[in-house]
Amino acid sequence: MSLPRETDVLIVGGGVMGLGIAYHLAKNGVRDVVVLERSYLNYGASGRNGGGVRMQWSTETNIRLMQESIELCKRFAGELKINIWLRQGGYLFLARAEAERARMERNIALQNRCGVPTRLISPAEAKRIVPELEVSELVCAAHNPRDGIVFPWPFLWGYANQAAARGVAICPFTSVERIVPTGAGFRVQTSRGEVRAQRIVNAAGAWSPEVAKLVGIELPNRPHRHEILSTEPLKPFLKPMVSLLSSGLYFSQSMRGEIVTGISVEDHDDGHVKMGSRLQFLTKVARELVRVMPRLSQVKVLRQWAGPYDVSPDGNPIVGEAPSVPGFYLCCGFVGHGFMMAPVVTKYYGEFLAGSARPAFFDPWRPTRFAEGTLVKEEMILG
Amino acid sequence: MKTIVCRCEDVTLDDVRHALALGFRDLEEVKRYTGLGTGPCQGKECMALCGFILAERGCVPVPFTTRPPVAAVALGTLARGDEEG
Repeated sequence: MSLPRETDVLIVGGGVMGLGIAYHLAKNGVRDVVVLERSYLNYGASGRNGGGVRMQWSTETNIRLMQESIELCKRFAGELKINIWLRQGGYLFLARAEAERARMERNIALQNRCGVPTRLISPAEAKRIVPELEVSELVCAAHNPRDGIVFPWPFLWGYANQAAARGVAICPFTSVERIVPTGAGFRVQTSRGEVRAQRIVNAAGAWSPEVAKLVGIELPNRPHRHEILSTEPLKPFLKPMVSLLSSGLYFSQSMRGEIVTGISVEDHDDGHVKMGSRLQFLTKVARELVRVMPRLSQVKVLRQWAGPYDVSPDGNPIVGEAPSVPGFYLCCGFVGHGFMMAPVVTKYYGEFLAGSARPAFFDPWRPTRFAEGTLVKEEMILG
Repeated sequence: MKTIVCRCEDVTLDDVRHALALGFRDLEEVKRYTGLGTGPCQGKECMALCGFILAERGCVPVPFTTRPPVAAVALGTLARGDEEG
């Protein structure tokens, strides 16, 4: 795709956020849009995540947005003309400590008030849902049958193809080197020449602090390596995504039959994105997984990889226009749950940039909250 | 006639040609569009063949990132590994 010389909206980052916003802009009549991706589409966290989609959160904003996001996932194939392999097998959170029970009860009460049918269940009931579970160490579990999993890759192809069909210029292998505000917009120097843009959206995920620095903004989010693995395919047997609150271990069976599992491992934070794989992760995740699902000990690991979380100080995203740089919009800091939120977030973000009302989530997720000291902590973060 | 390029994931020569027709020019992109190289052999059989098809069309094929482990290992074996790896 040749690089346009001028555009209305220039989006930095060809991940699910950038491409989703591009699609919704074009759908709402703003077709003068350019998406720049420094590598290939699916290179960053969008192509490397576990594909979980859940309504079990600890803040009303996140719960309600995810209810809507999963509804949008159900309609994705019809609208974006590609199968995203949504399977609503539920999410089963397991607790090993009494302290986790109190937290679960509090979150379930809030989820129920929002209309999410999560239930607190006994270890025996968890074993009825997943008979292979070792439940002797558990005190209770939380189960929402409407949560599920998707296959991430086709989301990006769907958004990219449908955005391109409506006139959006999608430019992979194009990095941003310099951004100069001109008063009436921006001059953007890329690895493939200059583009003049009226507005810029920073949707660069874990790389968003680097992009923000180009206009003199210091963002508080930091990249964090998160590792994950995939096993040989098995006959479908595991219905829900299962997660242990104590260790952050999670595992599910993909529509291709593989067990996909991840866990957080300590990492040296030097502010740079790291995506190397470590044996330390393999041994840790295998030990935790076999402890809770002994039957999996014979199953073979086929591959492991890593992706970058985009971690904000309070676990919530950073969205909206940057106060110090008019016309420069942020859509970042989604920690490890940006992918599942993208269907709903990009819909409202795209509509907003096309002239609709400011979305409600712009308020709790505003970039100025860190300076104001009005943080709302999200506790249901895995990994 | 159907020509299989990736036997693990049933990716055919037509699938690869279709990906190229859509503008994908990189092994990482073709892998993510078709699923080629993501099965039990992890690309050991199909990657070179796919690279050959790309080279025929004037692309310079760069191998996609190799994912550990080199050969499949049971979770139980890994679980007995030491803490530090």
